[in-house]
Amino acid sequence: MTEPLLRVRDLKTYFVTEQGRGTARAVDGVSFEVQPGETLGIVGESGCGKTVTSLSILRLIPEPPGHVRPGSFIEFEGRNLLTLEPRELRAIRGNEIAMIFQEPMTSLNPVFTVGDQIAEAAIVHQGLGRAAARARAIEMLRLVGIPDPDERVDHYPHQMSGGMRQRVMIAMALVCRPKLLIADEPTTALDVTIQAQILELLDRLQAELGMAVMLITHDLGVVAGSADRVVVMYAGQVVEQAPTPELFARPLHPYTEGLLASVPRLDAPPAGARAGGRLHSIPGQVPAATAWPSGCRFHPRCPYAWDRCRAEEPPLLDAAGTGGTGPGSHTVRCWLLTEPRRRTPAPRP
Amino acid sequence: MSVWNWLALGGAAVVALAVVAEARRRALSGPRGRRFFRHPTAMPGTFVLAFFVTIAVAAPAVAPYPPYYQIDVVHPDQPPSVRFPLGTDPLSRDVWSRLAYGARISLGIGTLAMVVAVTLGAAVGAVAGYFRGSVDAALMRVVDVALAMPRIFVLLMAVALWEHLPLWVLVLLIGLTGWFGTSRLVRAEVLSLREREFVSAARALGARSGHIIFRHVLPNAAAPIIVSAALGIGNVMLLEAGLSFLGMGVPSPAPSWGNMIADGLPKMAVAPWSATFPGLAISLVVMALNAIGDALRDALDPRRETA
Repeated sequence: MTEPLLRVRDLKTYFVTEQGRGTARAVDGVSFEVQPGETLGIVGESGCGKTVTSLSILRLIPEPPGHVRPGSFIEFEGRNLLTLEPRELRAIRGNEIAMIFQEPMTSLNPVFTVGDQIAEAAIVHQGLGRAAARARAIEMLRLVGIPDPDERVDHYPHQMSGGMRQRVMIAMALVCRPKLLIADEPTTALDVTIQAQILELLDRLQAELGMAVMLITHDLGVVAGSADRVVVMYAGQVVEQAPTPELFARPLHPYTEGLLASVPRLDAPPAGARAGGRLHSIPGQVPAATAWPSGCRFHPRCPYAWDRCRAEEPPLLDAAGTGGTGPGSHTVRCWLLTEPRRRTPAPRP
Repeated sequence: MSVWNWLALGGAAVVALAVVAEARRRALSGPRGRRFFRHPTAMPGTFVLAFFVTIAVAAPAVAPYPPYYQIDVVHPDQPPSVRFPLGTDPLSRDVWSRLAYGARISLGIGTLAMVVAVTLGAAVGAVAGYFRGSVDAALMRVVDVALAMPRIFVLLMAVALWEHLPLWVLVLLIGLTGWFGTSRLVRAEVLSLREREFVSAARALGARSGHIIFRHVLPNAAAPIIVSAALGIGNVMLLEAGLSFLGMGVPSPAPSWGNMIADGLPKMAVAPWSATFPGLAISLVVMALNAIGDALRDALDPRRETA
């Protein structure tokens, strides 16, 4: 088995809240691995810690109020990113690990041409001259499929559409040919048709450049199309982790099950007369990060929950018998794995 | 004043008009330019400023005499005439010539001091706003204290302690005491800009803080900086005039509009022209600068930006 490119172990990122009373445990003991060249999908609803996880990797968490707890471990090619000097960290940011953000509208600086912004990383990291950097910017614009790159390089962000801006963001991120690209909801702000184009573009670029991609999204459809493996997050923890086909065929955590049941499908109408032809939804909301429920953090919303779930927090259990968190493994944070006969819906009030 | 001087003066007016017309032609192609010139005082303001700048540049051509030249001892306090269009001052010097050369000093000091002040204010404000926390608190307390001290007295004290103050030191002093307001303005702007996503994006690309502040954040705060600079030049010119009037600014015999007023003041009753015309020049230029600043504020206000 190859060495993973990125290994995150027991990552805890906490925020001190405004009033100084509670501590928000936004990311609370997350572990996963990214193999070279693979696409890892990270899924979960708003507030479950996906974005904080990705920001923690590049150490972009605003401090204060946030901080990564001691004991956390983020290893990139054998180096612990959490103990690097600021200078060493800057040499990794944008160069070996790049990131694209959710909002292409606000992630570009409105007062500079897109060419300047794409060239910036090349100038910072590779010491390219102005002319060479400009040529590189044009080349990158062509790579991400922007028509007339020679002309577009001198345009300002406000002269471009949302989809084009996201392409520019991707071009910016890929200038230095990073080994890992973190894409934080790259398609959320875009139209559905543009979403598909951007995802195709990411797939193509990944194949061409051989990089690994961490695709953060709340959209299971996006994951199904692009990711090799999926990590499902809930309430600051990893609740399930499996290869994509395995996860879709055999979701084990009730949360994953709920998420899958809430995806509208053309090929299979909503199941069961009880649902009354309506799309499934998971009742309730993600609890506040300052007060996670005791025991299993999903138990207040779980249709199967019993006494043990309320009292005792389940560890990540191995469902595939392969061990570890590497490729091919399937791990679940649920007591159901120990008592499968309880997987019958509890009667609802 | 010779025919050539009159021609040069006419030429200066034509140049100023041409500058305004050209600026307007170019500006009308964009929404900001259109908003600028829609302001009723923008045109006259720009014209007055362009006119005085042209005169300052072309002073040797429009002025019949060198600024220090005393025509002879028998021509003090001459009323305006064809030979002396604005009269002569109590020391028999041609007021018009001194006004033209004085424009160089007054406008020059105003501009240079403002450049010093705005640069410093923008840098301090950006650093305070970007790093926040203790850096911000320390810098802003310094600004609070500085704003609590009356500026003219600080300057008077410095001038009084240093005899024969060189002009560049005066410029520096005015600049060093004028950046506090700008720094507050810029800090407020930067506080909101630093939360924008392109700042995170730049950090994720591996840019260092200095690079982010000066290349990404400050250019986005350009609008309030430009406006405060335009309004500030007028203020600095008034300050310089005040200091020179008190005999603490530009030393005689160099002509500045402020010390020209001081020179003419003793004879105000019999020869009002030698104090009135420089006063008028100051008022005109300061009003022009305020008009331009107002129009700029309207033009650059992002809230009035339409897509």
